[in-house]
Amino acid sequence: MKKTLLFLLVALVYVAHQDFWNWRKADPMIFGFVPIGLAYHAGYAIVCGVVMAILVKTAWPEHLETEKTEPPK
Amino acid sequence: MIPVIVIFVYLAIIAFIGSIAFRQGKDNTEDFFLANRSIGSMVFFLSLFATNMTAFAILGSSGQAYRQGIGIFGMMASSSCLVIPLTIFFIGTRLWALGKKFGHQTQVSFFRDRWECNHIGTVIFALSAAMLVPYMIISIMGGGTVLSEISSQNGHPLIPYTAGCAIVAVVVTLNVFFGGMRGTVWVNIFQTILFVCFGVVAVIAISHALPKTFAEYMSSLANDPKTRALVTRERIPMQTFWSYTLIPLSSIMFPHMAIMCFSARRMSAFKRTVIAYPIAIMITWLPCVFLGVLGAAALGKISDPDGVLLRLLDAYAPVWLAGILGAGIISAVMGSDAHQVLALSTMFTKDIFVHYGGHEKFGERRSVHFARGFIVVVTIIAYLVALALKDKQGIFEIAVRYAFSGFAAMAPVMVAALYWKRSTKWGALAATIFVAFSLIATGFLQGKPAPPPLAVAKASTNNLAAAALSGTATSLATTNAPVAKPPSAAPIAAKPKEDIIWKIGGGADAIKILSRAPNGDVRFLNGYMTVFPMVLGSILCVILFSLATPPPSRATVSKYFDSTIAHE
Repeated sequence: MKKTLLFLLVALVYVAHQDFWNWRKADPMIFGFVPIGLAYHAGYAIVCGVVMAILVKTAWPEHLETEKTEPPK
Repeated sequence: MIPVIVIFVYLAIIAFIGSIAFRQGKDNTEDFFLANRSIGSMVFFLSLFATNMTAFAILGSSGQAYRQGIGIFGMMASSSCLVIPLTIFFIGTRLWALGKKFGHQTQVSFFRDRWECNHIGTVIFALSAAMLVPYMIISIMGGGTVLSEISSQNGHPLIPYTAGCAIVAVVVTLNVFFGGMRGTVWVNIFQTILFVCFGVVAVIAISHALPKTFAEYMSSLANDPKTRALVTRERIPMQTFWSYTLIPLSSIMFPHMAIMCFSARRMSAFKRTVIAYPIAIMITWLPCVFLGVLGAAALGKISDPDGVLLRLLDAYAPVWLAGILGAGIISAVMGSDAHQVLALSTMFTKDIFVHYGGHEKFGERRSVHFARGFIVVVTIIAYLVALALKDKQGIFEIAVRYAFSGFAAMAPVMVAALYWKRSTKWGALAATIFVAFSLIATGFLQGKPAPPPLAVAKASTNNLAAAALSGTATSLATTNAPVAKPPSAAPIAAKPKEDIIWKIGGGADAIKILSRAPNGDVRFLNGYMTVFPMVLGSILCVILFSLATPPPSRATVSKYFDSTIAHE
């Protein structure tokens, strides 16, 4: 269940990158000077950071660190 | 003169850091290539980021934003904010664990062992090296060009192109030669801080000197029908915008990125990296894209859009900031160049020299000497090529652009190796050959003479916009400078024509399977970039050829999948 939710979250964020509704819009200008299309993707970058934080918190492959080392071939 | 002094101070600092790293180094390959797998969390993030950022993030992004508008940020930067951290999360961590467990130092050594086949590793090595070398050459060319432009006074450069290339090549070589991975990552810390801070400082400095406010400039662009496209995404086709989300798959497949993943001390180093990476991309790219668009309003038409940032700094910022910009650009160039040189040396030493018996014959210490010798030779060759083919820079730019598609299309091979037990060497080989063939075919189509242009025409807004849509840095796009004379009065010599290579159907409903945009770029299925069919084809090759051939031995599957590595 957790895996499915995380997969859906990542898929949703990927789809949200294609913000076709902002394609021809300049307004509103965020803070008076940042066009909406640019502000959206700046916000998108922050959301990506949050999504990665969620992945790290909930799905970090901790077990990889405990693997025993084998001598190199 | 001040910018040149700032740059030389910067280069001296780089050399100094390299010399400290040299004193701490040991004469074995694990230390030279991977800093003894001892890179800590913060250093790992800063270095990985510097490895991935090129001068394009600063100069190219602002130039493209000047031509095509704010959409450049969404297309080239924010798509990487999701895809690159995901690849580091799902691929980088696994590579790290396998490197730690089985002693792998390169992707190729992992592929060889995973698929029980020497040849597959050699083929992937050859393809990776072929895609990496143009990148290295263009880094030296870019460094030479920037140094000559920044040092230019009244049209005469204090540092000519040849000397600029030599300075970049020598500093990178010394740093990598003496410092190996340790020297490279230490320098990266300084470099990343420099170019991440640059954009923010530039925006603040320029905002104080501009005669109008940012809001006034942006409103003027938005309210003028001729320039409104710059504050929207009208000049970027949706197909291109989406295709770009596949390009960041290339990141982890670049040998220098994968090798970086082997160098972390603990896997927890990846945690900070994947979270901070999107934010660092935003801080680096956003100011540069914004300034590029702002330049269209504040400067009007300029002959060289890629120089828009330099023009803004010249006009509205203190002279020392131009020096910082120069150092920032050079650091971006050298940060990735140093990793490329080191990666080529690592691959050649470990995957060819050591693999084919060099280590047994010459020993560990001599292997490091061999690696250092290789670094010198490869840099000299790259430098000579950069001089000899100075006027053919476009060829290397195209090669680098397609290299991104090529590495992105190799990502399915890596995913299969890590996550799919049933994948076989034949699947991997088929995908690799498919990628190589696609790159050659694309290069061939790109190099074909353009179709004859349509009759001489006066440009309409739509014509110009359509031309700019399809391309990147073309002279026509330059003609399309947003605050040029009214389009109805702006004559262009001829309207380039889209070259349809293969289509199904006719008339308006025709499906253009393969075409060439007016700037020569090859497009697929009504406008998608070639990375799309390449990734798709690579996935199909891995799946179909793996299913059609015998699975890997039980011992190998058990080695890589019965442990916990591939689970979860």
